[in-house]
Amino acid sequence: MNRAIQRLMMPGSSSASWKSAAASAVGVPDQFPAGLRVLVVDDDPTCLMILEKMLKNCNYEATICNRAEIGLSFLRENTNGYDIVLSDVHMPDMDGFKLLEHIGLEMDLPVIMMSADDSKSVVMKGVTHGACDYLIKPVRIEALRNIWQHVVRRRKHEWKDFEPLTSADDADQVPKPREDLDVSSSANEGNNWKNAKRRKDDEDEAEEPDSSSSSKKPQAVPKKILELMNVPGLTRENVASHLQKYRLYLRRLSGSQHLGSIDGSFMGSPDMGYGSMSSLNGIDLQALAVGGQSLATLQAAVLGHPNNSKSPVSVPILDQRNIFSFENPKLKYQEVNTQQLLHGIPTNIEPMQFAGLHQSRQHSFNNVNGRVLITTAGQSQCQNQSNSNHLPVLPNGILAHGSGSKVPRGGMIPSYNVPNDLNQMRTHDSGFESDLMKAKAESILLYPEQYNQEDLLTAVLKQQQQQQQGFGEAENEFGLNGYAVLDDLPV
Amino acid sequence: MERNQMQMHRQIATIRKSLFDQGYLDEQFVQLEELQDNSNPNFVEEVVTLFYRDSARFLYNLDQALEKRPLDFSRLDSLMHQFKGSSSSIGAKKVKIECTHFRDYCNARNTEGCQDKLGPSRRHAGPDKSFGF
Repeated sequence: MNRAIQRLMMPGSSSASWKSAAASAVGVPDQFPAGLRVLVVDDDPTCLMILEKMLKNCNYEATICNRAEIGLSFLRENTNGYDIVLSDVHMPDMDGFKLLEHIGLEMDLPVIMMSADDSKSVVMKGVTHGACDYLIKPVRIEALRNIWQHVVRRRKHEWKDFEPLTSADDADQVPKPREDLDVSSSANEGNNWKNAKRRKDDEDEAEEPDSSSSSKKPQAVPKKILELMNVPGLTRENVASHLQKYRLYLRRLSGSQHLGSIDGSFMGSPDMGYGSMSSLNGIDLQALAVGGQSLATLQAAVLGHPNNSKSPVSVPILDQRNIFSFENPKLKYQEVNTQQLLHGIPTNIEPMQFAGLHQSRQHSFNNVNGRVLITTAGQSQCQNQSNSNHLPVLPNGILAHGSGSKVPRGGMIPSYNVPNDLNQMRTHDSGFESDLMKAKAESILLYPEQYNQEDLLTAVLKQQQQQQQGFGEAENEFGLNGYAVLDDLPV
Repeated sequence: MERNQMQMHRQIATIRKSLFDQGYLDEQFVQLEELQDNSNPNFVEEVVTLFYRDSARFLYNLDQALEKRPLDFSRLDSLMHQFKGSSSSIGAKKVKIECTHFRDYCNARNTEGCQDKLGPSRRHAGPDKSFGF
C-alpha cells in the first residue's frame, strides 16, 4: 500500500503514468489502461500462450510463467513491477489459493483466479481467500479487457484509506495514549514487543501518508518492517501476518457496508478462534492468516446481502470449517469447561503478534466496541482471577462481569474506554448500531441453543465490525485483544 | 498457381466449417483466430501445435494412470481437469465434453466407465489434427 501511494504521488514515473492518471481522477487518462503489467501463472502452456496473446491484444504487458514459485520470485524481485496477477487454481507445484495468500501477504496485489472448474465451492474459495475476481476457462478476451478495474479499485481504496491518516499529528497523537495504557497495564512482560508492534503500526501509518516526499520510500513488506523494528524474537511470519491483517483493516475502512438487517450476519463463517485450548499450537498460523482474510472478505460478502437467510451462508461455513481443522469445533454454548472459557479467543495466534496490534487498534474503538471487548477481557479475566473451571460462559454474565468488574490484570477494560480522543477517523453515529448490538447480544443470550460458540463469536464479531463500518478486522480486534489479555495467563 | 491457392483455401474453409458443424470446434476457436494478426501470423497454428504436444504428454500420463489398479481417481480427475482446461482454451469442444464425462465417471469411481471413455477422448482429439495448415 505504501507502494501504491508512492505510485500515486509520482506522476513522473514512467511506469506509473497511467496509474497516476487514473488515480488522480483529473482529466481523461489517455493511455490508461494500456501498459497494465500483468503476471500470468498457469501450468498449462496452451493457456499461457493464449492468455499472453490476448493480453497483448489488450495492450497490456504480460509476463508469463508456468510455475507458482517462479511467479512469486518474479514478484519478489520486482516489487513494483506488476499491477495484477492472473493465476490458475490447479497447479502441480503450488495450489493457486496458496499463491493467492502469499501475494496478499507480501505484495498486496490484486489477484484474479482462473479455472475450468466452475463449481460454486471453488469460486467461493476464491472469494474467501481474497481473490478479486474469478474467471472460468476458457477465458475470453473480453473478460481480460476489464481486469484493469481491479487495479484501479484497489488503488482507490488504498488511497481513501490513507486520507484520515494524512496528518502527521495523527500519527503523533496516537502513540501517546497507547503508552499511557501500557503503563496502566500490569502485563509488562511483553512490553518490549508490544511497543515495538505499536511502533511498527505507527511507522506504517506514518510512512504511508508521508507520500509527498519524492524520495523512494521503503516498501512496507514484512522483511523491511522486521528490519526496521529490530525486535528480538519477532519473526517475519509474525510481521507478515500482522501486516496482512493491518492492510485488510485499512482496506475495510473504506469498504464500508451499509448496515441492513443483521440477521444474515448471525450465521457467520469461519471457526476462527474456536480452537480448543488443546490445539493451541496446533493450528497453522497461515491458516489463521487466511482465516483472518477470509472472514473479512466473507463478512464483506455477507454484509452486502443483508437479507440473506442462514442458508446461503452455510456453504462458506462448511468450507471454512474444512480449512481449519479444529479439534472441537462445536463446543456447546452452555458447556462449561476450561476450553470454553477462551472460546472467543483465537488461541492459536501467537501472543506476540497481536498484543501490540491490540494497542494499535485503540483508536478504532468506540463505546460499544468497548463493551464487546470487555466481554472478551472479562472472560479471560475470569479465568485468570478465579482460577476455576466453572465460570459461566454466557455473555450476559460476562457483560455484567465486565462492566462492573475491577480492573483486570491486563488493564484491558480501561483501555477500551479511553479511545474517544483517538477515534479521529470514525465519526459516525454509533447510537443505532450500539442498540442493535445490544439487542443482538441479548437475543443470543435468550436463544443460546440456537447458537453454538462459533455463532456467538461470529455474531459478536460481525456486529462489532458493522458498527465500525468496516473499521478494522473485528475478528482481529476481538481475538487480538483477548490475546493481549492472555499474555498474563500461565501457558 | 493462383487457382491452386484458391482451391486450397476453399478446401480449408470447408474442412473448417465441418469441424464446427460436427461440434469438434466451438466459439473459442474463433477467438483464437481473431487473435491472429500481422504480428503473430501463425498464432493459431502455434497454439494448436502446442496443444497437441501437450495432449500427447497428457495422454501418456493418462495411460499410465489407467494401468494402475485400483485406479487413482483423484489423480485421474486432476489430469482430466487439466486437459479439459487446455482443450476448452483452444475450442476443442468434443474433447472438452469427453473430459467432463470422464470426470463424472471418476467422481462416481467407475473404473470401466473411465476406460471406455478414454477411447472417445482420444478419437476426438484426432480429427483436429487433420485441420492442418
